[in-house]
Amino acid sequence: MKKKKLMNRRQKVLFGLCFSVLFLIAICIAGVLCTEEARVTDFSRKNIAPCLQYLFGTDWLGRDMLVRTLKGMSLSIFIGILSAVISAVIALILGIASATMGKRVDGFITWLIDLIMGIPHMLLLILISVALGKGFKGVVIGVAFTHWTSLARLIRAEVIQLKESSYIKIAEKLGKSKWYIAKKHMLPHLIPQFVVGLVLIFPHAILHESSITFLGFGLSTEQPAIGIILSEAMKYLVMGKWWLALFPGLFLVLTVILFYVLGESLRKLIDPGSVHE
Amino acid sequence: MKETILKIEHMNISFTQYTQGMRQIELPVIRNLDVEVKEGEMVAIVGSSGSGKSLLAHAVMGILPYNASMGGIMVYRGELLTERRIRQLRGKEIVMVPQSISFLDPLTKVSAQITKGKKDMESRKKLRDILNRYHLEQSVEDKYPFELSGGMSRRVMISTAMIENPKLVIADEPTPGLDLKMAKKAMADFREMANMGAGVLVITHDLELALEVADKIVVFYAGTTIEEANISDFDWEETLRHPYTKALWRALPQNGFQFIEGSQPYVKDMPQGCPFSPRCKQCSQECKNEIPYKEIRDGRVRCIYAS
Amino acid sequence: MKKWPAYMGKQFVRMVLLIVVVSIVTFALMKASPIDPLQANVGQAALGSMSQEQIEKLQEYWGVNTPPVKQYLEWAKDFIKGDMGVSLLYRQPVTKVIGVKLGNSLFLMIFAWVLSGILGIVLGVIAGMNRGKTVDKGIKGYCLVISSTPTFWLALLLLMIFSVWLKLLPIGLSVPIGVEASGVTFADRVRHAILPAVTLSITGVSNIALHTREKMIDIMESDYVLFARSRGETGWKLFWQHGFRNVLLPAITLQFASISEIFGGSVLVEQVFSYPGLGQAAVSAGLGSDMPLLMAITIVSALFVFGGNLIANLLYGVIDPRIRRGGAKG
Repeated sequence: MKKKKLMNRRQKVLFGLCFSVLFLIAICIAGVLCTEEARVTDFSRKNIAPCLQYLFGTDWLGRDMLVRTLKGMSLSIFIGILSAVISAVIALILGIASATMGKRVDGFITWLIDLIMGIPHMLLLILISVALGKGFKGVVIGVAFTHWTSLARLIRAEVIQLKESSYIKIAEKLGKSKWYIAKKHMLPHLIPQFVVGLVLIFPHAILHESSITFLGFGLSTEQPAIGIILSEAMKYLVMGKWWLALFPGLFLVLTVILFYVLGESLRKLIDPGSVHE
Repeated sequence: MKETILKIEHMNISFTQYTQGMRQIELPVIRNLDVEVKEGEMVAIVGSSGSGKSLLAHAVMGILPYNASMGGIMVYRGELLTERRIRQLRGKEIVMVPQSISFLDPLTKVSAQITKGKKDMESRKKLRDILNRYHLEQSVEDKYPFELSGGMSRRVMISTAMIENPKLVIADEPTPGLDLKMAKKAMADFREMANMGAGVLVITHDLELALEVADKIVVFYAGTTIEEANISDFDWEETLRHPYTKALWRALPQNGFQFIEGSQPYVKDMPQGCPFSPRCKQCSQECKNEIPYKEIRDGRVRCIYAS
Repeated sequence: MKKWPAYMGKQFVRMVLLIVVVSIVTFALMKASPIDPLQANVGQAALGSMSQEQIEKLQEYWGVNTPPVKQYLEWAKDFIKGDMGVSLLYRQPVTKVIGVKLGNSLFLMIFAWVLSGILGIVLGVIAGMNRGKTVDKGIKGYCLVISSTPTFWLALLLLMIFSVWLKLLPIGLSVPIGVEASGVTFADRVRHAILPAVTLSITGVSNIALHTREKMIDIMESDYVLFARSRGETGWKLFWQHGFRNVLLPAITLQFASISEIFGGSVLVEQVFSYPGLGQAAVSAGLGSDMPLLMAITIVSALFVFGGNLIANLLYGVIDPRIRRGGAKG
C-alpha cells in the first residue's frame, strides 16, 4: 500500500500558488518602498562584503545591495508580467484567429510563427529594442513579440480539436448560436490553457528581459533593473567583489524557478490524464 | 490428475484517482477474480469490451501500470508467483500474446522482434521453423511491423510466444480486427498450444468463438468472475449457474439472440454485493451482502440462488 | 519516395522566402530606430565641432538621406552578388568581418551543440528509464535550475570561479592580449574558448534532456515496451533493443531544431567573456547602429536556424523506415 501523504498533489499546487503570489506581491511592495533608498549613496560604507547589517553587501558607491536587488527585482517582475500578459493575449487572439478564420489566415499565422522562430530570440530582441530606441518600451514590446508563438500554437490546436469534437458538432446541429457555443463550450477549455500559458511565459519573459538589459539594450543605467545591476557588477568581478553578482542573480534564479514550478504543476492539473496518480 | 499451472485467488486491482477538487479515491477495477488453468487446458475468460480484462493479463506478466496496486494470490505450478518469480519466468515459461500491432516495436524488424535481437545459429534456426509453422514467407523477416497485414502481424505475435517453450500462454483479446476465418484460425492455434501441453488462458469478449475451442469458460462481469463452467454446460440453459451467464446464453444466435436490458455498472457506482443485482430478476435483499464463490456441479458460481 | 524532390523543392523555396522576409523585417526595424547613427558613433560633441560639409559626408556614409526602399533594393542587389556592404564600425567589408567572427563562434557553438546534445540525450534517457527515482529527480532538478538561470549569470559565475578565484583559465578574448595574430597557438585558442563553450553546453543540456525524458517515459509506457518486458527483456538490453532507436530520432531532430537557442545563448556568453564572435559583433552592431553588419548577422543566423529545421525534417525521411519504405502510411 502507498503511504498516505500529508498533502496530495492538487493541495500542494494550491499552496504553491498562494505562496508564489504572496512572494510576488511582497517583492513589489518592497520595491516600491525602496525606491528612494536604492539610490542612496554613502561612501562611508562602500564595498562592504555581506555581513549581518548588509546581507547582500554594498557596492562601490556604498549602496545597499539588498535594497537594490529588491528594487531591481520588482522592476523586472513588473516588466515580466506586463510583457507576459501582452504576449499571452497576442497568442490567444492569433491562436483563435488561426483556427477559425479559414485557411489563408491560418497559413499566414503559421508562417509568421515560423518567421519569428527563425530569428534567434536574442537577435530579434536586439533588433526590436533598437527599432524602438532602447529603453522600457523596447524591452516590453520586444519580449512580448517573441514569446507568444508556442502558446498560440497550443491554443490553435485546442480550438481545432474542440471544433471537431462531437459535442460541439451536436450543439451546432441543435441550432445553438455561435456565441453560445463559444461561451458555453469553448471558453471553459481555453481559459485554463490561457492562464497556464501566461504563468509559463512569465519566467521566460523575466529571463529575456534581464538578458537584454544586461547587454545594454534595455533600461537605462538610472533604473536598477537586475540586468543593469549584473552588468555593472561584471566590471567589478575581476576585483573580487563577488557578492555584487552572486546575490542579485541568485534572487532572479529563485524567482524564475518558483514560477516554472508553479506553471508546470498548473499545467499538470489541467491535463485530464492527471486525475490518476 | 493434471497439474494446475496457474491459480489466481481473490485478485484485486485498483487505481488511485482524483475526484472533484482535492479528494483522492481508490477505484477498484478488478475485484474478487478467481481463475484456474491446468496443463493442456484452454480456459477462456469472457467479458464485454472495456471491462478491464486486459489488466488480468498484465498482472500475471507483472507489467501493471505504476499507478495500479494489486492484491490477492497468484500461484504458478504450486509456487507463489511473486513479482521476483514473475521476472524470472516471463518470456520463458510464461508468455503473453498481445492484443494488437501496437505491441510490436515500430522500428524493429520482424526477425529481431521474434528472436529478441538474438542472431546466433540456434535462434536463426528456431526463427525459420516458427515462420514455417505459421506459414510466413521468409521475406517477412526483413519487414517492419507497419508493412504487415492484419493476419500476418497476428501470426508474428503468436510466433513471439511460440519460439519459447511456454508452460503458460496468456492471450489477450487475440481476435478483434480479424475476419471470422482468421479469428477461428487464431483460436485454433491456441488450441494447438494447449494440445501440446501448455496451459492456455484466452481473454476474449467473443463467447461464441470461445465455445468452439476452449475447455472451460470463466464469465467476467464488472470486474468480478461470476461463473466458471465447462463447455458442455453451455449445451442447455439449465446447466448454467449464474443468471448473467444464462442471459449470455440466450443472446447467442442459435438460442434466440435475446439481449437483456441495461449495461454493466461503472466502477464508481458499483452496487453493494452482487454486481449483477440491478439487472437481475431474482434479486433480493440478501444479494446486497458479500456473495461467496461456491462450487456447484464441477464449476463455480457467485450467486446465492444458484443450484 | 517519389514525392521527395517536390517536397524538398517546396521546403527550399519556403526557406528562401523566409530569408527574404527576415531581411526586410530586419531592415525595416533598423530604419525605424530613432537612434541617430551619427550621434551614436561620432558623438554629440564631435558632431557639433564639425563643418556642415563633413557632416553631410558622414550622413552619406551612414546612408541617412537615401530613401529606405531604394536603400534596401540596392543592398539586396549587392547582397545577391555576394557583397554585403561595409561594416560601419569595423570599417571593413562585412563578408570579411562575418568570416572571422563566424569562425570564432562556430568553434564555440559546434562544441556546445554536440556536447549538450550527447549529454542531454544521455541524461534524458537515464531520467526517463528511472522515472520517479532519485536519479530522475536529480536530473529533473538540474534541468529546472539550469533553465531558470540566465545564461549570462551562469557565465559570470563560471568566470568568477575559474578565472578570478581559481585563476585556472583566462578572463576572456579568444587570444591572449598583446600577442601577435601569428603568434597565437591553437592551444591558446582552445584555452580561451573553454569557459564560453562549457557555459553554452551547460545551458543547452536542459532542454534536450527534458524532452528526451518525456519521450523516454512515453516509450517506456508504450505497448511495445510493455510487451518486451513481458517477454523478460529488462534494463540495458531492453533499452538497446527498443528504447534507443525510438528515442534517438526525435532527440536528434530536436537538437537540429534548437540551433536558434544556441545562437541566442552565444550572444550572451560571448559578451560576458569578451569572446570576439558573431554574438558580440551583433551586440556592438546593435548598440552602434551598424546596419550592414547587423543585417548580415541576422541573415546568417536565420540561415543556420532554417537550415537546422530543414535537416530535422529531412532526417525523418532518411532514418524512419515508416517514411523511407512506406510513405503511404506516413
